[in-house]
Amino acid sequence: MHAEAAANRTPLFEAHRRHGARMVSFGGWEMPVQYSGILDEHRAVRQAVGLFDVSHMGEIEIRGPEAFQLADFVTTNAVARLKTGQAQYSGLLYEHGGFVDDILVHKVAGDHYFLCVNAANQEKDYEHIRGVNHWAAEVEFASPRYAQLAIQGPRALTTLQKLTASDLSAIAYYHFRDGAVAGVPARIARTGYTGEDGFEIYVPPPEAPRIWDEVLGAGAEFGIKPCGLGARNTLRLEAKMALYGHEIHASITPLEADLAWIVKMDKGEFLGRAALARQREAGIGRKLIGFEMRGRGIARDGYEVFVDGRPAGWVTSGGPSPTLNKNIGLCYLPRELAEIGRKIHVAVRGQLVEAETVATPFYKRAK
Amino acid sequence: MYPEDLRYTKEHEWVRVEGAVGAVGITFHAQEQLGDIVYVELPRTGDQVTQGKALGSVESVKAVSDIYAPVSGEVIAVNEALASAPETLNQDPHGAAWLIKIKLSAPEELSQLLSAADYQAYIAPAS
Repeated sequence: MHAEAAANRTPLFEAHRRHGARMVSFGGWEMPVQYSGILDEHRAVRQAVGLFDVSHMGEIEIRGPEAFQLADFVTTNAVARLKTGQAQYSGLLYEHGGFVDDILVHKVAGDHYFLCVNAANQEKDYEHIRGVNHWAAEVEFASPRYAQLAIQGPRALTTLQKLTASDLSAIAYYHFRDGAVAGVPARIARTGYTGEDGFEIYVPPPEAPRIWDEVLGAGAEFGIKPCGLGARNTLRLEAKMALYGHEIHASITPLEADLAWIVKMDKGEFLGRAALARQREAGIGRKLIGFEMRGRGIARDGYEVFVDGRPAGWVTSGGPSPTLNKNIGLCYLPRELAEIGRKIHVAVRGQLVEAETVATPFYKRAK
Repeated sequence: MYPEDLRYTKEHEWVRVEGAVGAVGITFHAQEQLGDIVYVELPRTGDQVTQGKALGSVESVKAVSDIYAPVSGEVIAVNEALASAPETLNQDPHGAAWLIKIKLSAPEELSQLLSAADYQAYIAPAS
């Protein structure tokens, strides 16, 4: 018996079993961590195409004549800058400036916004947004209506194009279109969490297993691999994309997390703005920065970081980078120490191992 | 899958004894749980290891795990090939990927270890 017997399952649970996935509990969901192996799956995404079940992710829809006012007030990025059919990365903040969650905001129409949120945060996000809804806007907890698949890698477009009449090359990065995949209504977004080109599609849960199989069939000629959360994590770390609970959480602000670019202070009032303004005034105490291990050893989440022999910060994410063949990580350091090229040490199981802060992302795909 | 001539621990190590020397490794189950292994840290020749105490660690892409000594004694050989080819631990955990060889200081400790059948029953998923 596993401890998390009450874990949620996605509509693709049986498909994962069939593909021999190893399952783990993640954010209250029983999810595949790997199929053929993290390195193999990671390579497939960087070199060809991989398919992920991300149906554990949550969806929240905001509708109504004042949907814009609510969406813009609860998020840090400028919703006014979105065109219909465009998506943006954004933050949901508490009044004190810490993260409730990091999310994607899609503008479906002027009176309709579609939010993709983290699995473990979805109920909290929904209550948070409802709690500040002072407008004529309707907030729907829409997660049960969507399964989500991510098709990622340089061959993602060619793979998915076989299954849809929508011209995928006409969908720009961080844009989306409502169409059909394998004959099923689908929201097709050119977004992802891997640092590669690719798509995330939102489909009705009962149809997800058939679409899963069709995508695998369409990508077979490119060597498509089903991929688990293990590869999703190594891929996003190389691309320096934040993971809630690691780089960001309730006690971290976007200014500390190197996410000032998703905060539009000049857009008008929004939840958390005053706290961020105060923090900017007072000076940001700590900053997220990337590092590479120089000595032998692998940094892991939670390991302590030392500068000049003194404790100075902590590792938020760390591990081997399969693409770069180095051991990499992200850490928080006091602002005055968080500069590229600094020698630091990571306490790896009781031993201080040398590392050096570096520019990020660690990996950037060729355009 | 699990050779009869090995003795196993509940922490997923094995020992193969020939005379007064035991070769030590991690089990197939251990490598399967860890996934792709990318790094292994081992003691040096001449070090003393103690049954049940950590002798080193093995790191996969996603996690690090301690390796516990199945028996006590002096390290007389270390498998240096693993430093440049840690994936051998995934490919041949009961053979080419032995970790160290120990000159047993307390051979009676072997009686506390599991047989292949007992180990397999131990790791079988509860129904």
